[in-house]
Amino acid sequence: MKDLSMHIMDIVQNSVRAKAENITLSIVTDEYWLTIKVQDDGKGMDEVTLQKVRDPFYTSRTTRKVGMGIPLIQQNAELTGGHVEIESTLGVGTTLTAQFGRKHIDRPPMGDIASTAAMMMTGNEGVNLQFEVQCGDEQFAISTNEVKEVLGDVDIRLPKVTSFLKEMIEENLRELKIEFD
Amino acid sequence: MSKVKSLADLRKLRDELQTKVSLREKSDHPDKLVQVKVSMATCGIASGAKEVMNHMIEEMDRQAIDAIVTQTGCMGYCYAEPTIEVTLPNSAPVVFGHVDNKKANEIIEKYIIRGELVDGIIPVNYETVKENKNE
Repeated sequence: MKDLSMHIMDIVQNSVRAKAENITLSIVTDEYWLTIKVQDDGKGMDEVTLQKVRDPFYTSRTTRKVGMGIPLIQQNAELTGGHVEIESTLGVGTTLTAQFGRKHIDRPPMGDIASTAAMMMTGNEGVNLQFEVQCGDEQFAISTNEVKEVLGDVDIRLPKVTSFLKEMIEENLRELKIEFD
Repeated sequence: MSKVKSLADLRKLRDELQTKVSLREKSDHPDKLVQVKVSMATCGIASGAKEVMNHMIEEMDRQAIDAIVTQTGCMGYCYAEPTIEVTLPNSAPVVFGHVDNKKANEIIEKYIIRGELVDGIIPVNYETVKENKNE
């Protein structure tokens, strides 16, 4: 994975696959740390599964035999002095927290988070994604439900909507001077 | 201070889209719209599926193609990532492999707009580890 937004897309996709209806993605930065938290109300995991998810040769998929998503983000987090924490309760949901040393030379750049967030919001049917960014005192948040409410009967999956959301998130982050790198 | 887009602007976009009668009629029947699914699992993302999806959305927006673009899981064609599944109205889904931005342009231009087949199709009868699509 070249940048953090790729990891984010990947981890959120795990929640989508766990049949989550609500996913909260929050990115919080302070002077030293950059923390990515993905919280979902999907089907969750039992103790045994939870112990295996960091193993690259464990996956719940049947289409292939490796599962690199979590091992890769863990590797990148640990390379920067950070770590990955996963909490899960069967039938309740899962929370993954990845902490990166913000100024560490090995930390991958954030990448295009605006388009990533826009695509995640419009590309996953039936999932409400709450996207939150907090950088010092500045905050920005948007959710799929809010957007759907405004759109009414217009389909959220139309390319025009995704492009709009991408520009909107981009402009808001710029206006608030939220920078990750 | 430059103007920043807000949800109020989204409302304007909605009104604009709602007046497009053709789109509205089609939205009631999603099978009449072109549907693109981008395989977005670890294998796809690492191969650049995110960039391809972004590019396809931009291109279809620019060319005003009535389509819906969504994400899906790993289809088992990890060797051919990024893969996309395109469903034209009234036809069977077609899966394309090794899709980069250039290939995406070709697919939009030839397959989506003109209905011509292009190279890089993964045959549907290809057997995956276990027949359990998109899981």
